[in-house]
This record gives sequence, C-alpha cells and structure tokens, in this order.
Amino acid sequence: MPEKPDTEMVEIFIMGKKYEVPKGLTIMKAMEYSGYQYVRGVGCRGGFCGACATIYRVEGDYKLHTDLACQTTVQDGMYLTQLPFTPAGREKYDIKEINLDTNPLLDLYPELARCVSCNTCTKTCPQDLEVMDFVNEAIRGNIKKVAELSFDCIQCGLCAARCPAEIPHHHVGQLARRIYGRYQAPDSHHLENRVQEIENGKFDEELEELAGLSKGKLEERYENREIQE
Amino acid sequence: MQELPYYPGCSLKDTANNFETSALKTAEELGFDLEELPRWNCCGTVYSLTDDNLMKQLGPIRNLVHAQSHGYDRLYTLCSMCDNTLKRANLLVKEDQDKLKKINAFMDQEPDYLGEVEVRHFLQLLRDEVGWERVRENVKNPLNDLNIAPYYGCMLTRPREVGLDDPHDPSVFDDLIEALGANPVDFAYDSECCGSYNTVDKAEVVLDKTETIINGARKAGADLMITSCPLCQFNLDSRQVDLIEVAPSHEPLPVLYFTQLTALAFGHPEACQFSENSVDPTTKVEPVKNPATER
Repeated sequence: MPEKPDTEMVEIFIMGKKYEVPKGLTIMKAMEYSGYQYVRGVGCRGGFCGACATIYRVEGDYKLHTDLACQTTVQDGMYLTQLPFTPAGREKYDIKEINLDTNPLLDLYPELARCVSCNTCTKTCPQDLEVMDFVNEAIRGNIKKVAELSFDCIQCGLCAARCPAEIPHHHVGQLARRIYGRYQAPDSHHLENRVQEIENGKFDEELEELAGLSKGKLEERYENREIQE
Repeated sequence: MQELPYYPGCSLKDTANNFETSALKTAEELGFDLEELPRWNCCGTVYSLTDDNLMKQLGPIRNLVHAQSHGYDRLYTLCSMCDNTLKRANLLVKEDQDKLKKINAFMDQEPDYLGEVEVRHFLQLLRDEVGWERVRENVKNPLNDLNIAPYYGCMLTRPREVGLDDPHDPSVFDDLIEALGANPVDFAYDSECCGSYNTVDKAEVVLDKTETIINGARKAGADLMITSCPLCQFNLDSRQVDLIEVAPSHEPLPVLYFTQLTALAFGHPEACQFSENSVDPTTKVEPVKNPATER
C-alpha cells in the first residue's frame, strides 16, 4: 500500500464527485492530480488566454463564484465545474465596412438594449473589469470608452453565460476595440517612421556584423552588453 | 461656483448632446457647476410597472446608491424620462420597505440604498432654488417678440406623485419663457403625447401626432417650441423632416431644448449647437440681438 503524502489535503468535488487533493494546487492542477486530462478548456496556463473558465461554489456559501482554473487555488469544500466555452453569438462583419454614422455596436448586437443594469456581468468577471459600465457605454455609442474599459478582457465568456439579458459582452468589447483601432485610435507615427528606417537599411550594417561573428565572440558581446537599469 | 451632482442619462451623451452643452452653460451662468455622477448607468429608460419583478428597478436604484456613496443628498436631472424613471423608482422603494430590502439583498456587493436621495429636475432648480427673478437678471439677450410654445409632454408632470407641476395646467415653461423676455403661447396640445416609442416601428403614428402638435402651436402663433424630453424632441423635430415628405405643404417649426433657449438668452449661442436640430432654429432666433456674437 502506497504511503499517503505528508501534505495537507483538501476535499473538493469535481462535477459532483469527491476527491482529496494537496492544498495549494490550482484548480487546473487539482483536476489533473485527480486524473482528469484536459483536451479543451486549457491554454496558456498563465491567466491570459481565457480558455479555462470555471464556476464553483464553496460549501456553506450561496454564492456562485467564477474564475480561471489556472489562476485560482483550491479550497476545502469546493464544488467545481469547468466551462470551456460559452455558446454566445458572434456576429459577422467586415471591419472595412463599419457604419460609424449609427451605433455599429447596437446595429450588430441589438440585444445590448435588453440590459437592465443588474451588474451580474461585473460581479462575474475574473479579470475584475467593469463589464456593465462598458455595456452602458456601448449603448451610448462611446466606442473609445468601450475599448478602454474592455481592454483587459480575455474572452472567457463567463459574463455572457450569466447575463439575464443574454448579451455577448466579450464579443461586443472585441468589436469595439477593433473599430477603435481601425478608425479612431491616433496613428502611431513613431512606428511608421521606424519601419521606414529599417526598410532604408538603418540596421543592416550592424546586423551583418553580428551575423559574421563566431559563437564565442557573440557570447562575449552578450555577456558585456549594456543593460538599461 | 456651487457644485451640483448631475445625472445626464444616455441621450444627452449621444443624440441630445445639444441639450447637455446648453444646460452646462446655463448652469455656469447661474453660478453652478454640474458635476457628472461618476459611473452612472442607464436610468432604466421607462419606469417598469411590473409589480413582481424588481430586476428593472436595479438600474435606477444603483444610480441613487452611487449618489449616496458620494455623499450627495440630491441628484439633478435634465431628461424628462430619466427624471421620471429615477423619481418613480425612488418613490417605490421609499414607500415599500420590503421591495427596498429585496433590491439591497440582490445588490449584496454594493452599499445598501437608504432611500434618502432626492431626485430633482433642472427646472426645479431654476424655479424653486434660483427663482425666476434671478433668471431674469441673467438675461443678456432678451428674446423679445419671440412667441414660444411650451411643450410639456407626459413625463415631466405625470403621474402627480412625481410630477413637478400641475398635470392639467402646467406653468413652469410658461414662467421660464416670460423670464427670458419672450411670450409664452397658449395652445391646446402642450401635454399631448408625442407618440413616444411608436417612432421605432410605427412612425406613421408619430407623424400624425407631430402634425397635430406642431400645427396646433403654429395656429396659436408660435415661432418655435421648447421641450425637456429627448424622445419628444426627436419626434417633434426630426420627424417633421419625414412629415414634409408625405405632406409637402407642412411648414416646419423649430423645436428646442429649453436649455438652448436659456443659453441663448444668457448670451451663449455657441453652447446651443443649433446645427444638431433638424428644423433649423437660426431663422427664428438669428434676428435676436446678440451681444456675445456682436462683440
């Protein structure tokens, strides 16, 4: 009989089934520890891709919590389920043919007008974004503000799963950021200038010199490089 | 400058921007700085009459929670619909503690609303706090000889519990028009419904109402009309353009926000954004002597 590891364990429930897992694991690692293998609902494991949306409740608390499985550690008495995908409608559009005379966000997502400002989306967001605020701005047609407020959205879709008005907030935010980027954001002249400089061969000589160095010389250069403090 | 907490509402940030710019300027001239309530959300648009579903009361009540959290005991409005929705939701929870408890329990991650914020329309500020005498003193550009039809619509005066004037014989616009040096026009349709949201899918209903109301004002001798509701303004102003298509003999009448009139009388036509009005008001208001632009 294998010895029990000398680690503090917590009791969790994965889709209703009880498991004992070491304290301190993330939900994602705890599920793998319990024998589950992720095929979908996993991505970067670093809190950026939004693939591992999780809904859970802790025994004794009425709240349904939402988070990312790769970012949240397990607690004793956690009831878990994974939500790798929210079937929220995403409209097709041609970004080159957006009509800015009307409100393109409302034109493509008229369900925005069903919002009653219940704030459930904001309470749900694992990124702590002010989701309801950007839905309100979307209704008012303030694309720049929607782009700003939704900037850190990772498209996990949990807001859309819980919204009583069935709004696909994450798709609305993404559309706003695309429209803003194409039509409203100031042009980045320093970037254009730099690209032009490179095309004109500004760095060709240095690059050629580096390419001609031996491995040893290259290592020496690397070791002695100037680092900006 | 006295700072006053102010709730703009969605229309003033979008189609009724001329309402906001003219109101801010009007307030400034009277010594008030309208301070926009941070993180306000939609008022709910139309007050929900559904008795057993409080979801639609969350929006208006959260705005009052924001006001309360900033230490405000009052919140000033401009849009008649926002004013109506916020006041009625406020009244609902003040009179029904069970409903207030339920709403507070739902919004359990936000502070409880205590029911102590008062919603006031900008017209109440002018009439009850500033007073018509002080309004008159601020007029730099008297609107002499202009005949102006006051259009109250539904939301400003009804229902009586939240209305800011007598629903059957309102006078606040009449008094304002007089204070600005113009003549209020008495006409039969000053509280007639404009057709409201029929404008979305039954525009013909609105065209019919617009024709009745505008022609009623014209027959009574009006040069222009004022209102405080962005939906009424859209129906009575922009829909006249559609009306002319089906009734080419229709003579258009400009429909202004009351704050465009005050900003103009206070010598600030630049704050009025008249170019945003569908029926050009400048043909009527241009002959008025304007010290601000003449200088």
